[in-house]
Amino acid sequence: MVTGKVYKYGDNVDTDVIIPARYLNAPSPEELAKHCMEDIDPAFAGKVQPGDIMVGGANFGCGSSREHAPIAIRACGVRCVIAASFARIFYRNAINIGFPILECPEAAAAIQSGDQVSVDFDTGVIVDETTGARFQATAFPPFIQGIIREGGLLPYLKNKLNA
Amino acid sequence: MGMTMTEKLLAAHAGLPAVKAGDLIEAKLDLVLGNDVTTPVAVGVFEEAGFDRVFDKDKIAIVLDHYTPCKDIKSAELCKIARDFARRHHITHFYDVGRVGIEHALLPEQGIVAPGDLIIGADSHTCTYGALGAFSTGVGSTDMAAGMASGLNWFKVPAAIQVVLKGHLRPFVSGKDIILHLIGRIGVDGALYRSLEFTGEGVHDLSMDDRFTIANMAIEAGGKNGIFPVDEKTIEYVTGRVHRPWTVYEADPDAVYERVVEIDLDTLEPTVALPHLPSNTKTVREVAGLPIDQVVIGSCTNGRISDMRIAASILKGRKVAEGVRCIVIPATQQVYMDCITEGLTQIFIDAGCAVSTPTCGPCLGGHMGCMCAGERAVTTTNRNFVGRMGHVRSEVILASPAVAAASAVKGCVAAPDAL
Repeated sequence: MVTGKVYKYGDNVDTDVIIPARYLNAPSPEELAKHCMEDIDPAFAGKVQPGDIMVGGANFGCGSSREHAPIAIRACGVRCVIAASFARIFYRNAINIGFPILECPEAAAAIQSGDQVSVDFDTGVIVDETTGARFQATAFPPFIQGIIREGGLLPYLKNKLNA
Repeated sequence: MGMTMTEKLLAAHAGLPAVKAGDLIEAKLDLVLGNDVTTPVAVGVFEEAGFDRVFDKDKIAIVLDHYTPCKDIKSAELCKIARDFARRHHITHFYDVGRVGIEHALLPEQGIVAPGDLIIGADSHTCTYGALGAFSTGVGSTDMAAGMASGLNWFKVPAAIQVVLKGHLRPFVSGKDIILHLIGRIGVDGALYRSLEFTGEGVHDLSMDDRFTIANMAIEAGGKNGIFPVDEKTIEYVTGRVHRPWTVYEADPDAVYERVVEIDLDTLEPTVALPHLPSNTKTVREVAGLPIDQVVIGSCTNGRISDMRIAASILKGRKVAEGVRCIVIPATQQVYMDCITEGLTQIFIDAGCAVSTPTCGPCLGGHMGCMCAGERAVTTTNRNFVGRMGHVRSEVILASPAVAAASAVKGCVAAPDAL
């Protein structure tokens, strides 16, 4: 269970604004984090706090396959992303690095920037503490829960190959 | 219940008699691809997890195409990580400066991908190889690392959208216009998590280069993959290039499609996508006259020889308009050489174009053609997001090579038949 302040963006937040290609040669997650969301919200990287939550509309993370996108968001201290829907490569990448994302169109529509929101990853229940509204996100299938439980795709695979 | 082409291919690679949309499967990979941006991250993940060998050195491709020839020290360091890994593991399909081409033009050209293959690539435009009747999809670096280690990955079988192409393309209308038109109709998330299955009589008219362009941009509609049936043109293309057996999958007549979209090629017009989404499409006629500062002809979408030929046919004997910079980038060394031997390079240079060695460079605002605030380009690339080709207040208009070349000559968005 985590609780944090919300930074909300619209539909089709693409990987070029999450982390512009001009920074893709940055050597570390911390360096990427400094430029996260720079092209749609230049102040974001300076004000986001560890534990905060990002909310997006439809097709969040569309565009490039760069895993740098969820890496940069996580390195900013963001604890999870809630969106109406995710672009599929971003969705895979987040799961594969063990970064929680929740698909919930109702929550994505109702929650506003600055709200305090709590998320229970086990149940998928999202509560907007500011308004009292409660939402149920789509649960991950058991297969994907296994990947997240083991800390990402590589540890999951390693255990499987060694089994 | 019948299966789509994608479902049949995935079932075969998962060792299952049948799969249906929504099934989670584990499937065997025929090729795992990475570039100079994504491979270094994958190498880190691979080594951190303690793997010391790749599953098959012949089934991995590492292509240093994005920031090469290296634009700065950091890029050189990334290339070194990828290069050292490729050497250490004796990767057969490793391409460095001097032999490299843009990955999605290079791999089909060199016969490294084949009909019926299941391919993942740590680059979103990996979906290009669907043109050959393969299942290929973009993934991230962790997926690439997992694929290199095990030769396996997990997939959710996508629901399918059938795209039926009817009639015949008119002159100066190309695969790029078809895919831009489609994205404009269904939206940038219109095919989210889904496969785009192209069919219809119009398919067989399309050149392989047109099919590569169309499959390449399936991702811009959110698609997991785009796939074409294998016909005589496909077989002709792979014969002599692919030196191993391939498999042809066909959709069952009673395959299930979530949605059917028909495109009438007879009435299709040259189409562009205005900033800042590939779905923001207009016909060229609607927006002709918009002034521009730059033109880029190239990329994994439109850097193949037929793209170069159509651009040269328009630029021949003409000049790039004053105040416009036109950058031409053949996608591979072979295309570059063909441009020289066919006299296209001379046409480009006579017209006042810059002609470059293969690189993804300007498409992603990496190098070789970044724009400053207030500038606008017509490009044959695939994305026009905010800041894609440089400053956040620069603008990219996506177009076919014919429209891009005509626009270079006129100094504004222009139809090829308006010259």
